[in-house]
Amino acid sequence: MARLKLPVPPVPPALKPRPARPGTGNGRVGPLDQAAEAGITVVDWIDERTSLSGGLRWMLFRKVPKGTNWFYTLGSAAMFAFLSQAVTGVFLAMYYDPSPTHAYESIRYVTNEAFLGEFVRGMHKWGSTVMVILVFLHMGRTFFWGAYKYPRELNWVIGVVLLIMTMTMSFTGYLLPFDQRSYWATIVGVNINGTGPLIGPYLSDFLRAGPEFGATTLSRFYAIHMMLVPGLIAALIGAHLYLVAKLGTTAPPWIKAKPDERLTESEV
Amino acid sequence: MNQREKEQYLREYAILKSQGKPFFPYAVAKDSAMAAIVLVVIIVLSIVLGAEMGPKADPTTTTYVPRPEWYFFFLFELLRVIKPPQFVPLATIGVPTICMILLFLLPFYDRSPERRPERRPIATAAGIFTIAAMAFLTYLGASAGSPNEIDMKPPAGLKGAALGEWNRGKLVAAQSGCLACHKIGENGNDGPGPHLTNIGSVLPESAIAQTLRNPTAPMPSFQTLAETQPQKFQALVSFLGQLR
Ligand code: HEC
Ligand code: HEM
Repeated sequence: MARLKLPVPPVPPALKPRPARPGTGNGRVGPLDQAAEAGITVVDWIDERTSLSGGLRWMLFRKVPKGTNWFYTLGSAAMFAFLSQAVTGVFLAMYYDPSPTHAYESIRYVTNEAFLGEFVRGMHKWGSTVMVILVFLHMGRTFFWGAYKYPRELNWVIGVVLLIMTMTMSFTGYLLPFDQRSYWATIVGVNINGTGPLIGPYLSDFLRAGPEFGATTLSRFYAIHMMLVPGLIAALIGAHLYLVAKLGTTAPPWIKAKPDERLTESEV
Repeated sequence: MNQREKEQYLREYAILKSQGKPFFPYAVAKDSAMAAIVLVVIIVLSIVLGAEMGPKADPTTTTYVPRPEWYFFFLFELLRVIKPPQFVPLATIGVPTICMILLFLLPFYDRSPERRPERRPIATAAGIFTIAAMAFLTYLGASAGSPNEIDMKPPAGLKGAALGEWNRGKLVAAQSGCLACHKIGENGNDGPGPHLTNIGSVLPESAIAQTLRNPTAPMPSFQTLAETQPQKFQALVSFLGQLR
């Protein structure tokens, strides 16, 4: 059976485990070795059936070009913010009740009574701001550095959809606490939507679940906010990352490739 | 980019990539450090700023401020900047739609092979202008208050019950968020809605009531108020009708 081989990360020599000297190991296998052996067996068992390690190696051990710097962390930071929203959102969903009569009460319960409730709600609320800022910064980076050019056009297009989805999240989430401010701001927001060309009025009717702001409007916003759009975002992030790994990330535009020395002509 | 430029780019990129470092652990380390920073920032914001709640949503009253999340301020401000009512649809959806289309198609109309920002003056200038405009509009939106009071003297000669009605109407108008979009005398924001200072001489009361029940977007409808609290609604209408 082929053993899973991962390249060894470059560790300074001083930290590398010393190989046992011949003659010291007295040939016995300790529990530690057995545990390591068991771990490897399990991983091998899974890998033999799924071949996941190839994909993992492709994703993790691809090279990032010379000059890659901190600006390249903005995309993964946006993804991390999204994950944080997903986790805190799950906890909020455990208490939330999307009916006009109970929504406010359930949020009040989370805020004032549930253990760490206000903290988690605050993380979700401020996390949305952080995520929006990170998405905009990431987009600014790819824009100013021309990263959307050949061959990464499609990744830019997916990115714009992600931007719209992120804004949709914050628009639909704003209504959910169902306090005065969120209620009236959403009415105005949906009305603004309705003035749009062609699909504007239909979009408004869809959002409101009818021509008037009614009892089902809230549950519709809730479904959009916690199922439809997050699902789309997760799928699109997957596609976005697949393209990133496939095409590679750009090098900063200032970095010029020095051709391989063996290939340059030298003047004689 | 033509075929030759594309191939040249791919060749050059292949060299840069081969001279780079593996994603794991180098880039992963930076990404993790950044993720830790993001988490700390979110936690600190949550602890310091908390999550406050306003009063419960109530379709029949009032005392509300139709204010979106701050990163939508620039959209709302666009309404104020683009004044004439016939252009309102243009401001609300026209401009954002055009911007979205321009954003989607960016890689398809900007096809030059150049990537350095200082050698793409048009793209860089457009980007900086967009950011500056959005920042400016956001700032305007953040500083535009939405007053809940109308400071105004009753018209001379108004007495007794009529004066009481006028005062009640003024209070309803002040508390109903009209000032977020309208200017009444010295109070409120200049847009997106028209001035109401002289609305009484422009529209008869019945037309004002009609507008409140069934307004043009983005103004919210006050139908629920009219149904559940007719006196309040009547006071509001007669207050507006006396603004001349
Ligand atoms: C979200 C912003 C907004 C709010 C809040 C709002 N309005 Fe308006 N209103 C508008 C806009 C925009 C128009 C112009 C619509 C048009 O072009 O037909 C308008 C039009 C009107 C008109 C008709 C003006 C005319 O000259 O035809 C009246 C009267 C009016 N509003 C009264 C009110 C009152 C009273 C309130 C508060 C109870 C209020 N509005 C709240 C945005 C708003
Ligand atoms: C939820 C939002 C988003 C997430 C999670 C995300 C994630 C990522 C990640 C992890 C990368 C890899 C390298 C890097 O960070 O630069 C990347 C690259 C990229 N993203 Fe995004 N992104 C998002 C939104 C956007 C948006 C809004 C755009 C632009 C409209 C965009 C355009 C791009 C492009 C063009 C690249 C390739 C960059 C390069 O190769 O240098 N992304 N994205």
